[in-house]
Amino acid sequence: MRHWRREFSRRHIDIGGRYASMSEFLQFFFSGLTVGAVYALVALGFTLIYNASDVVNFAQGEFVMLGGMVTVFASAAGVPLPLAALIAICVAVAVGLLLYWLAIAPARGASAVSIIIITIGASIFLKGGAQVAFDKQFHKLPSFSGDAPIDVLGASILPQSFWVLGGTLAAVLILYVFLEKTLVGKAVLATSANRLAARLVGINTATIMALAFGGSAAIGAIAGILVTPITLTSYDVGTMMALKGFAAAMLGGMGNPLGAVVGGLLLGLLETLGAGYVSSTYKDGFAFVMILVILFAMPQGLLGRRTVDRV
Amino acid sequence: MKIHNLNQLNRRAVGCLLGISVFGLAVCGPAYAAETIKIGSVLSITGPASFLGDPEDRTLKLYVDKINAAGGVAGKKIELVVYDDGGDANKARTFATRLIEDDKVVAMVGGSTTGTTMAMIPAFEEAKVPFISLAGAIEVVDPVRKYVFKTPHTDKMACEKIFENLKQRSFTKVAMISGTDGFGASMRAQCLKVAGDYGIQIVAEETYGPRDTDMTAQLTKIKGTAGVQAVVNPGFGQGPAIVTRNYAQLGMSGTPLYQSHGVASKSFIELAGPAADGVRLPAAALLVGDKLPDSDPQKKVVVEYKQAYEASAKQPVSTFGGHAYDGLFILVDAIKGANSADSGKVRDEIEKTKGFVGTGGIVTMSPTDHLGLDLSAFRMLEIKGGDWTLIQPGS
Amino acid sequence: MTTLLNNRYAILAALAVVIAVLPFTFPSNYYLRVASLVWVSAFAAIGLNVLMGKAGQVSLGHAAFFGIGAYSAAIGPAHLGLPSWASLAIGACISGLLAYFVGRPILRLKGHYLAIATLGFGVLIALVITTESRWTGGPDGMPVAKLTVFGWRIGTAYAWYWLSAAFLLVGAWIALNLDDTPTGRAFLALHDSEVAARVVGIDVAALKLRAFVIAAVYASIAGSLLAMMNGFVNPDLAGFQHSVELVTMVVLGGLGSIVGSIVGAAVLVVLPQALTVFQEYENLMLGFIIIVSMVFMRDGIVPMISKLIARAR
Repeated sequence: MRHWRREFSRRHIDIGGRYASMSEFLQFFFSGLTVGAVYALVALGFTLIYNASDVVNFAQGEFVMLGGMVTVFASAAGVPLPLAALIAICVAVAVGLLLYWLAIAPARGASAVSIIIITIGASIFLKGGAQVAFDKQFHKLPSFSGDAPIDVLGASILPQSFWVLGGTLAAVLILYVFLEKTLVGKAVLATSANRLAARLVGINTATIMALAFGGSAAIGAIAGILVTPITLTSYDVGTMMALKGFAAAMLGGMGNPLGAVVGGLLLGLLETLGAGYVSSTYKDGFAFVMILVILFAMPQGLLGRRTVDRV
Repeated sequence: MKIHNLNQLNRRAVGCLLGISVFGLAVCGPAYAAETIKIGSVLSITGPASFLGDPEDRTLKLYVDKINAAGGVAGKKIELVVYDDGGDANKARTFATRLIEDDKVVAMVGGSTTGTTMAMIPAFEEAKVPFISLAGAIEVVDPVRKYVFKTPHTDKMACEKIFENLKQRSFTKVAMISGTDGFGASMRAQCLKVAGDYGIQIVAEETYGPRDTDMTAQLTKIKGTAGVQAVVNPGFGQGPAIVTRNYAQLGMSGTPLYQSHGVASKSFIELAGPAADGVRLPAAALLVGDKLPDSDPQKKVVVEYKQAYEASAKQPVSTFGGHAYDGLFILVDAIKGANSADSGKVRDEIEKTKGFVGTGGIVTMSPTDHLGLDLSAFRMLEIKGGDWTLIQPGS
Repeated sequence: MTTLLNNRYAILAALAVVIAVLPFTFPSNYYLRVASLVWVSAFAAIGLNVLMGKAGQVSLGHAAFFGIGAYSAAIGPAHLGLPSWASLAIGACISGLLAYFVGRPILRLKGHYLAIATLGFGVLIALVITTESRWTGGPDGMPVAKLTVFGWRIGTAYAWYWLSAAFLLVGAWIALNLDDTPTGRAFLALHDSEVAARVVGIDVAALKLRAFVIAAVYASIAGSLLAMMNGFVNPDLAGFQHSVELVTMVVLGGLGSIVGSIVGAAVLVVLPQALTVFQEYENLMLGFIIIVSMVFMRDGIVPMISKLIARAR
């Protein structure tokens, strides 16, 4: 009897070892996917604005911050969570539109780098505003469906991770249907393909650009709302989000929505796999080295358009 | 003398004008105020360390107002000059020069982080102006510098307190997950240094970045390391809250988790939620003021500070604001003792601080000890049911 | 005035006059410190302007070279027993060489891809500086030995004011003279049209690389100067925020304008000092001022002013 038990436990440990490495990988994988989904949403925001207006919007991370912070403060004021989230999206969209009308549209025709500086100014402005309007503390939101982790083949996954992944998938699908199946969406695509031609066929490109800023703000805010229960939020989370989102968008190929999603997920995976298998200290470095290597091999990103210089 | 003053004022006015014309902006400080004692402060009120600088700022302003309302120090009102360095050491260095050269402060209470403090030290040492730092790392006061003091417990003490507790529970194999910010890196180095003294072996080591939002990968690796009996997390800010949540997510709560004094505010418990239950940490008496026995000499001070701070700031008290309270009153006592606003004399009096009861502990400084706290200033706490509890010695 | 902004000897003379007169108007040494910071930042910005304004290439990781210079000045004397001057020179060489080798693959990328690649490079360097604490002191930084020249210790605010100003004058002089060299003329062609420049036989890749190396060396020297002036370094100097700050100086002052870089540096160094009186509202104001100035002066402050003057004529 005792012999049998020892035998069993040894076998169990043996299997456990292999099982552990597999579950370890799955843990890394799902963590990376969750983190990456958020990057993907931020990158999608970058892409939408870039396509419509050629602007790289470094204030994109501030929309994520607004999504989280407004929801936190609205629900602290007694507003039910779904309504608070809706308010947050509306606030972010309003800020996105104001950003376009007050800062981007008046600077039409300025060089790309000048407009980048404007968006960086906007990012500092919004952060400064949030610090006054809210506070400088970190905040959390309750998870949408509890904190009890779900076991997937030995990996513990928070229910909120599925919300983040599902939300990202939904956002991508809605955006796809909007761009491909609606008239307004097609106008956005036309504007991104050739602004002059779009204007010639009667598309109001200014409206399209405003639409892109509003939509991009909404996507950012959704990302912020979905992820705050996991990552917490504060007035200054936007900078890091913008940095990672921009990297993801470039990795996937600027201007390609699918590329943004692929880039985001890949960046998230690179970070967690880097932390898990390489070194947690150098995980950001590992991710950026991989980005550099990919860009050297594919100078337009993974799914970017090939462009030809026109004289 | 009068003419000299006038001349200086004129030069200031000319400087402002030229500042406006050349830089397009005014860089003018406030004009001279005669019968006040100027105390300076450079704090990280915004930026990544704002959770330190913000309560410090509120505390200093609150108590300077209180002191002035009660008639000031030695018949003079205190004028507090606060600059926000945003956590940027280079900015802090410039503000240090501004306090010394332009505002001509008697002394400074500030320096929220070790990074900004270390950048400002050369300026204060050179100008011979006392500087009471609010930063954690031991390198601020070791080696001792003539004009530099500090009020928070050192990171080395935090490691010792944690390891002492581990030893009592006869744990020897420990994993460490630390932040790569200044606080985490410095405490990690101190812990590695003193681990041997307590027979502790660090069997796994992981780090995370200051803005990381997911530490499950690092914790999964620790989980997979055989024989880990406890996990120590040197870090501050939101990082430890996320570590604690991920810890529970991965079902590691069976292994004791130790946080540091870097999380010593109620907001940590709020952020970490139920996952914080069972977490232990060394912290100042301030957090458990109402649970202290009445005989405890610190009880009166910490309860009063907690009430005053929470009434004015409308947010839970943290030990960080407490460090500013201690710094301010050590300085005020020194000015009273010196009966003068001369920087040199005030410095000598700060060094003579003896038996000062603050929020961080009972401070007795000496020419070889510019901190004046020992391990007894730290209490070992455990979080239970969303609140701090004092643990019984030996458990 | 327009001629003044275009004649390089007039620019240098005007700069020298401003430098010579300013200290007499300063009520305290604090102003000397701020002015010295302006000179050092302007030095780095001028170098970056050669890359951005002349060669038309963006770098979002330029603080990395600034950090390498700063840490060379710190590590040289502390760990290797080198004199400060030599450390400054070695730092500049390391930065130049690094720029040369990294620049080759990176500069093949265009536009925003170049931006992200330089950004990644900057993050990597900052990460190494933060992590290798045995050499660099880690995230809290390390002290820097004071500079001594012929046994004379440069420590006072005045000494640093004159030293940094002298560096700025030389740096501005070199950058201004670049226009007259074949390299400078090639830059002009490149700026107008990369394809056209290639067609007329300019080795565009080599040219961009040269600008990258020049910019790196400028940033590195500025970093060493700041490190010795502060007596302390920390990894923020190499960080992303600082890179963005340098780019903002160049663009706000005016792409391609040397005077613009100095003005841009002055604005970005002085603004936080002036806005600090607004306390909580400081960042709000800073962001607002940056937006408004870029919207209304899209080419930058100095080109805008010279355009206004030209129109007034």
